[in-house]
Amino acid sequence: MAYEPVIGLEVHLQLSTQTKLFCGCLTKFGAAPNSQTCPVCLWLPGTLPVLNERALEWGMKVGLALECTIAPVMKFDRKQYFYPDLPKGYQISQFDKPLAQRGGLAISAGGQPRRIGIHRAHLEEDAGKLLHDQHQTASLVDYNRTGVPLIEIVSDPDLRSPEEAYEYLVHLKAVLEYLDVSTCNMEEGSLRCDANVSLRPVGQHAFGAKVEVKNLNSFKAVKQALEFEIKRQTLALQQGSRIVQETRLWDAKALQTTPMRSKEEAADYRYFPEPDLVPFVIDRARVDAVRAQLPESPHQRAERFQRGYQLSAYDAGVLTQSRALAELFEGALKAGASPKPVANWLMGDFAAYLNAKGQAPETVKLDPRWLVHLLELIAQGTLSGKMAKDVFVQMLEQGQDPAILVREQGLQQIVDTGLLARVAAEIVQAHPQSAEDYRKGKASALTFLMGQAMKQTKGKANPQQMSEALKRQLQEGS
Amino acid sequence: MAVVTPQIVEQVALLARLRLEGEALSATVAQLDRILEYVKRLQAIPTEGVEPTSHVLPLSNVMRADAPQPSLAQEAVCRMSPSAQPPFFKVPKVIEG
Repeated sequence: MAYEPVIGLEVHLQLSTQTKLFCGCLTKFGAAPNSQTCPVCLWLPGTLPVLNERALEWGMKVGLALECTIAPVMKFDRKQYFYPDLPKGYQISQFDKPLAQRGGLAISAGGQPRRIGIHRAHLEEDAGKLLHDQHQTASLVDYNRTGVPLIEIVSDPDLRSPEEAYEYLVHLKAVLEYLDVSTCNMEEGSLRCDANVSLRPVGQHAFGAKVEVKNLNSFKAVKQALEFEIKRQTLALQQGSRIVQETRLWDAKALQTTPMRSKEEAADYRYFPEPDLVPFVIDRARVDAVRAQLPESPHQRAERFQRGYQLSAYDAGVLTQSRALAELFEGALKAGASPKPVANWLMGDFAAYLNAKGQAPETVKLDPRWLVHLLELIAQGTLSGKMAKDVFVQMLEQGQDPAILVREQGLQQIVDTGLLARVAAEIVQAHPQSAEDYRKGKASALTFLMGQAMKQTKGKANPQQMSEALKRQLQEGS
Repeated sequence: MAVVTPQIVEQVALLARLRLEGEALSATVAQLDRILEYVKRLQAIPTEGVEPTSHVLPLSNVMRADAPQPSLAQEAVCRMSPSAQPPFFKVPKVIEG
């Protein structure tokens, strides 16, 4: 029997407010352990939480950017569970009256446009950080992260393949990056993802038993874990087994999921309205004010790129998928470059470089003006196409202006005809057999001689002129 | 007709990390049962057309600006814990998950 995967994703996004969700402690990443805590976030008796207005506003931004309806009335609830990362034995979250509901995200998967439903987005506080490896018999706790504002974005179970799940995350991250409400950094945990996946026979409407996969540290891990789970569940169903509804952990080294040691009856969170926080009435005017301030979305920017810079839909889509990339592109244009060559460099050599290094565009030191300088060096004839590619990589690795790199290394394309003629003469003399072959009509011999000439000039000879000089030399010598 | 059984109380006690045994357990069963009996009486009141209420205070939208307030000193925080390995709190080993 053929099965169809049904996938839904839960994304936790840390909002980069200056202070925590319910108290004035700082939220700085990497601060000394337990240096950003106070009686409120340590939940000492007699304290009261007070909502951070900016967290609410930024939560609304996220909700509106994902085309959700903002709740006219919202409240917080207690989600109870005992774990040392929660100092008070419950997490303040939202249960039945979340901030935002029923939105959607346009994605393209396999070249096909799709709209993935956003089920809801709600505010909640983060938990502390546990360290298990520092001590033999104890776990250590750092409560700096406790109370940091999160927005949890829950998709509808609309995704049908690991590729779609991956594309959803890429598109979602792009939308979120543009909002300037989070660093969206998976390494630092400001963006986290859990995946729900189940299988059902093709054509069946009802969902199968669902497995939640946690510990997914990259978008690639999400895709790999889903691929693994779909295989595992398919095999189990084909063998006549039932799928157990459970939570599993992704092991990025072993490339498999393993059942999480189940917290005993922990699924019973016993939500109830948070008595310490009164309800929030969000009137239309407030929603409209936030909506009016929404920045351009990746989608809108792509359309503007297409219209304004005559880019293809594909190019505009690629360039706007990452905010950093889009800003490099526009920065270079502002500094005087023309659109097409900049787009080509960014989507060609730059993308290949990032891909090889496994890096994101925002992690590379690259001033958009450097792209303009590189293009000028090519246009002036100082750099050949081949040399420019080398300089481009050096520019990224050293974080240096190509104009300076060229000056410091004396990189200058050789266009001096006299010098090129001398090189040609030397090469032809050193390889009489190849010269002979060429004269007999073997065209590939010229390619070999060209290679030798470029080697001798350390790649600096202008290729076209070098080739002509060689041909001349070969004709003269015959 | 008891609504609350010893099994239910044991389950809730486990979730709340309370140890209830013997006398304490049966006393709690009886007390919770009386409370739920009272809730039953409340449920008899017609509430159609009444907005669900999560709070009785006539207050809403209590918020603060995103402005930093001083945190506690790191040493003071650790001193409050019965078990610490400064700058961390120390708890019995728990495995992630």
